[in-house]
Amino acid sequence: MSFLRQVLAIAGKDLRSEMRSKDAVNASLSFSLVILLMFSFTFDPSSDQVHEIAGGLLWLVYAFASALILNRSFARELVNDCLDALVSSPTSSAQLFLGKSIANYVLLVFVESACMPVFVLFYDVRWPKQWGLMFLVLLLGTWGLTVIGTLFSAMTVNLRLRELMLPILVYPMMIPALMGAIRVTGLLFGAEPIGADDQIWFRLLVAFDVIFTILAVTLVDFVLVG
Amino acid sequence: MRTKIILALTLASAAILAWNIHTIFLKVPDEANQGAIFRILYFHVPAAISSFIGFFVAMGCSVVYLAKKDLRYDAIAASINEVSLAFATITLITGSIWGHIIWGVWWAWDGRLTSYLICWLMYVGYLMLRRAIDEPTQRARICSVLSIIASADIVIVWKSIEWWNTQHPGPMLTIRGGSGASTGMEPPIYWNMLALSMLCAALILIRIRQEAMRHEIDSMRRYAHAL
Repeated sequence: MSFLRQVLAIAGKDLRSEMRSKDAVNASLSFSLVILLMFSFTFDPSSDQVHEIAGGLLWLVYAFASALILNRSFARELVNDCLDALVSSPTSSAQLFLGKSIANYVLLVFVESACMPVFVLFYDVRWPKQWGLMFLVLLLGTWGLTVIGTLFSAMTVNLRLRELMLPILVYPMMIPALMGAIRVTGLLFGAEPIGADDQIWFRLLVAFDVIFTILAVTLVDFVLVG
Repeated sequence: MRTKIILALTLASAAILAWNIHTIFLKVPDEANQGAIFRILYFHVPAAISSFIGFFVAMGCSVVYLAKKDLRYDAIAASINEVSLAFATITLITGSIWGHIIWGVWWAWDGRLTSYLICWLMYVGYLMLRRAIDEPTQRARICSVLSIIASADIVIVWKSIEWWNTQHPGPMLTIRGGSGASTGMEPPIYWNMLALSMLCAALILIRIRQEAMRHEIDSMRRYAHAL
């Protein structure tokens, strides 16, 4: 119980800090809009082609926008040596990592939920009928991005080239989760039924989330403490 | 002693490769469907297997480093990853040449190829990360974690041919449950595998020696600064 309370305390601290400044959320939302705008120049937004690639477009926006939130996750603790204070506090590295992951997850789900209606509006994509499944994919895919992104944010926090290294390391790792999320989101936007063959994408998303959550929680102590 | 081992491995590898290349190009007949280009698989398959084995052995060394905190294991992991990445690059290049002849495209975005490219990019990131961190202990810790996480992704790469629809050929070697090649075509693959494994081991030993020398130079530099 104490474990969970400390995790939630870290998550609450990060969310309160972000709600006061709104730096990362505002930047992430604005960046998402910029990417959505830039997509409109690369193809005809009114063509049927958009319906086929809607899942990919949406998750690319999420992946790029997530980097801004994830990058700041541990970097904001560098000021006044707050990271050293957190690491030397009674809170374990796993609790610190999970707390920060939950805070990032909440922020990312908020940004993604705000982006989806804008995407549907801009590109005249049909709102998915199976919105429950769509929300499930969003939750599963976002946790995959968050857990990998938060771990790599901790790994690169002390680097001079932090802003450059994080995307180089994170995006290749995220691709399996993105592939699964893109396929299912594309099917849902196309109002196609999710067949038995497509269940593999859900299994891939769940397996990715479970494997990398366990690995990250196990290894984060070596990253933060040594 | 290590120099003699490196020399022995290199010479044995060169001898087997020379004899095997003679067999592959002059004795083995053209494959019925693919023609002469199928011979590139004698290098593509062993290079791919060597790189996969290397990434997993490096992961093992990274785990041992995290358990023992001995920088030698980090140097071994870094050397193995670097050589394995070179072999992975050979796999990508030879596969691309084969694909251009057989499929008509230099690159096909199917599951196996894409996953292998993802794997390659992760280890390029590993080497870039090593260069970005100056402090040896911090570099060893962070890179060991990255090596372990990246190797978890290799499992997805390995299984991808079953998960995704792919036009990549299925297993060919009989030891992997494949249909097997015609008589006389399969043994040179195993000989090449042995030769490339020995070459791989020789290159890793050379890199480990370089890492040890670099560590010694770093220590001397720090000692000089302290003075």
